[in-house]
Amino acid sequence: MLLFYPIIADQMKAAVQFSDEECCGFIFGLEEEGNVRTVTAMMSAKNISPLNKRSSFEISASDYIDAENFAAQHHLKLLGVYHSHVDFPATPSEYDRVAAQPYFSYVILSVVENTVEAIRSWTLKDDFGFEEETLSIININQQIHGYRNHPNSAA
Amino acid sequence: MATVIIPTPLRKFTNNKVRLTVQAKTVSDMIQKLTSEFPDLKKHLLDANGSVPSFINIFVNDDDIRNLQREQTVVMENATVSIVPAIAGGAPQ
Repeated sequence: MLLFYPIIADQMKAAVQFSDEECCGFIFGLEEEGNVRTVTAMMSAKNISPLNKRSSFEISASDYIDAENFAAQHHLKLLGVYHSHVDFPATPSEYDRVAAQPYFSYVILSVVENTVEAIRSWTLKDDFGFEEETLSIININQQIHGYRNHPNSAA
Repeated sequence: MATVIIPTPLRKFTNNKVRLTVQAKTVSDMIQKLTSEFPDLKKHLLDANGSVPSFINIFVNDDDIRNLQREQTVVMENATVSIVPAIAGGAPQ
């Protein structure tokens, strides 16, 4: 399960919705037992795809290394990658699947007429197929409750 | 010994170890030793032809092995070898 703090979800939407090219970046956060992941930060990356950027994306190795370093410096986990599909559903393509790495959450935002119509997340299974994971935006009440029970909480 | 930096997606195959030390003369030798110790890494570091898959980049110090001698690139004593997944994808054409 992938949980987003509302402000992070909004930042991610803002990063992709006004572009007619695919946008991409990284998501960071915490992982708890039961594979519950909470996204607490994001980082945009430049799309360097040599193909049509409206239907493809690629992130440089240096941006990837920056993301790993950011996670280590902030004691967060690099949980995965987000990218947008312009005028296409938030379902992974064969290109997405072939390039996918284990462990990562692959968040796809479907953008239609400068509006994010859907956000879905996928993970790679052991047989190299994609499996959708539950994605939720934390509401304020859950956020407070979750904070009080967080293992790093002082209370 | 060379230090190998394991990227987040592959750490579940190395008991969550981020850095490993390996005595190896070449990248190919390094991969063989890594996959011998951590067999589940093999399907992610080698394709059916025994080559590094296109969606995995390997840097010896700061140099991409595809710009050197690929899997036969020499790994010097005290080198840092970084395994970097290529992040790419996109909507169907």
